[in-house]
Amino acid sequence: MTIQLSHFSAALVFALFASIVFGITQRNDQREMIKYGAKCFVFFALGTIAAGWAMWLLRH
Amino acid sequence: MAKEETNVAGSRSAKSAAPPQPLTAMSVLVLLLGWLVPGAGHLAQRRWGRGLLLMVSVVALFVLGVLMQGKVYAFNTGDILDILGFVGDLGAGGLYIVTRAYGYGRGAIDLATADYGTKYIIVAGLLNIISAVDAHDIALGKKK
Repeated sequence: MTIQLSHFSAALVFALFASIVFGITQRNDQREMIKYGAKCFVFFALGTIAAGWAMWLLRH
Repeated sequence: MAKEETNVAGSRSAKSAAPPQPLTAMSVLVLLLGWLVPGAGHLAQRRWGRGLLLMVSVVALFVLGVLMQGKVYAFNTGDILDILGFVGDLGAGGLYIVTRAYGYGRGAIDLATADYGTKYIIVAGLLNIISAVDAHDIALGKKK
């Protein structure tokens, strides 16, 4: 069985699971964990989009 | 300024300012258990929600990485990146042992997304190490 994700969906799946682990392990309070996890996910996603546009600009 | 920094660190950091606790057998056990089975260190301490979320996250990343035809590194003394890849993969503990035992994770150079799979597997191992250390900190009373 083989799974083929697109580059963007692979980055989003990665961001989701990494953010969950970061949120749980890097904060004490449950509310803080959720906030930090969500923040990490947004930064991962925005970073991916920014890197994509940066590469597009470099190419053009 | 110093007071402000202390407040920020106190409210945000997962590591509270609790006095250092002596190493206990339980703290070492949950560290090893957490490494061997992702999330088990938390589950052993009745942190059910956290344990399950950590388990699902690490296992999902690792399995998706293998299904994306990512490479699972064997022990090697070659290229530095290969050595680091092995160290990262080894962090997944039981998942790594089972995957190697069954011969999965050979890697496919003809698939563009296989490289993502390789990175998924390495990061799953590294995240599992963070989880195991977190379980160790909970057992030591450094974290709630």
